[in-house]
Amino acid sequence: MSVPEHAEQSPRSMTSRVILSTPDIDRALSRIAHEILESNKGSRGLVLLGIARRGYPLAQRLAAKLEQIDPDFHAQQSTGQLDITMYRDDLRRHPARTPQPTVIPDSGIDGRTLVLVDDVLFSGRTIRAALDALVDVGRPNAVRLAVLVDRGHRELPIRADHVGKNLPTSSHEKVRVLLRESDPQPRARGHEDCVIIDSPVVSDDDVARAPGTAGKGPRA
Amino acid sequence: MKHLLTTNELSYREAVRILDTADQMAAVSSRSVKKLPALRGRTVVNLFFEDSTRTRISFETAAKRLSADVINFSAKGSSVSKGESLKDTAQTLMAMSADAVVIRHASSGAPQQLADSGWIDAAVINAGDGKHAHPTQALLDAMTLRRVRSGATGVASTGMDLEGMHVVIVGDVLHSRVARSNVWLLTTLGARVTLVAPPTLVPVAMDDWPCEVGYDLDAVLAEAPDAVMMLRLQRERMNAAFFPSEAEYTRGWGLTSQRVQRLEDMGAPTVFMHPGPMNRGLEISSEAADSPRSTVLEQVANGVAVRMAVLFLLLSGDESSPYPSEN
Repeated sequence: MSVPEHAEQSPRSMTSRVILSTPDIDRALSRIAHEILESNKGSRGLVLLGIARRGYPLAQRLAAKLEQIDPDFHAQQSTGQLDITMYRDDLRRHPARTPQPTVIPDSGIDGRTLVLVDDVLFSGRTIRAALDALVDVGRPNAVRLAVLVDRGHRELPIRADHVGKNLPTSSHEKVRVLLRESDPQPRARGHEDCVIIDSPVVSDDDVARAPGTAGKGPRA
Repeated sequence: MKHLLTTNELSYREAVRILDTADQMAAVSSRSVKKLPALRGRTVVNLFFEDSTRTRISFETAAKRLSADVINFSAKGSSVSKGESLKDTAQTLMAMSADAVVIRHASSGAPQQLADSGWIDAAVINAGDGKHAHPTQALLDAMTLRRVRSGATGVASTGMDLEGMHVVIVGDVLHSRVARSNVWLLTTLGARVTLVAPPTLVPVAMDDWPCEVGYDLDAVLAEAPDAVMMLRLQRERMNAAFFPSEAEYTRGWGLTSQRVQRLEDMGAPTVFMHPGPMNRGLEISSEAADSPRSTVLEQVANGVAVRMAVLFLLLSGDESSPYPSEN
């Protein structure tokens, strides 16, 4: 019943590249915070829900930035965590992961504008599970999606409203997001938070283009 | 882990993992939508060869909260009373494609037999076999103790174990599968377990049990343990005179109002646990059962959460396939 630990070391015959360093991530989050306020026309009714595990620290950072920009926004009262383990569509095939707590702000999510926050958007299946999980929690007026990295290869008709970075990747590559809150191992200066791509050494032509990089990708 | 048969085969990591999962399952029970889709389309068979209300209802509730289909089978009024064997009964249920079998049986080892014989392919969960084991009861007791500790220290219970807690298990140890399962699980989690019983109700060969044995309840209670777990006097399994009279048993090993008062006077942190059903006035007095120290109802509520966690962990995925990337 053991769960393989999320590999923090890149496997052998892989090369690792840092795509976003700490200041890059900070800038991306600042931009997303402004975009959220712009598309919502202010901070009224906003609730941020981070998807466990790495979406939650990102949601907290976004909330702190929103509070800086708009003092009417209360970060603490409008941020929560959503666990989607029980709603995954691959529970039959893979060992279960220990569920994380779901924390919903006291004011609830009914009638609010809810922003889901996650680290990487890939197949879209996590987001589908999150939408299912939301139905059991309440009924927001609108649900938006903010992700730090969109790496393409969608398997479901899902897109993000706010993207930190569009990252064309091969399906053989692995994108890792390391944050100081969720991955406290010491790292080099400037890489306390970082986004890393692990690629197999053998080159591969199967490079997908993430939506948005083609120039007509939807942006909120 | 494919089956849950005993607690001595549970590792520390597995035990903490089940309890962590159970904590999140408990949170679901406080929502307005008390249902998760995790086991949709799976079938859980409750195979009960022995009377039970709370364990069966608890397993049924747990399976239903996870959206599994539940088939209840009790030996009374079934073909078992016509002489059908365990093998045939189990295979009949398998022909209806059950994914998990929850079994309670009066014979020790019946769940093991079901799991190892190759008769069936489903996950087997032991819901109490004879005098042998009752792992989900021990898990719910551990969860209750962990929450007691979390409430006392103010630390969140996730990842916590029972290191340093002193748990006293009192009463009919000889006939108790609850005591056996608790001894192994609680010591795995770091607790110190003391069994207290009349000498006639202590098993013979227990040298390898990781616990202390005492015969004087008052002496043990004077140490102000963290928890006292009273066992039910199982009169249905008693075929000999183990003690002179019930009044004498109560005086020596019952949680009487005098003993409760003494703990109050000491300011002890002790909570009172009981696996139920309680024989009020025999092993536990009403003062103890209804006192704020009693965790009996928490134990029942935690039972559903623990059983949800066990069903979820046993039925979702197998370890042969690696976990995909997080995204």
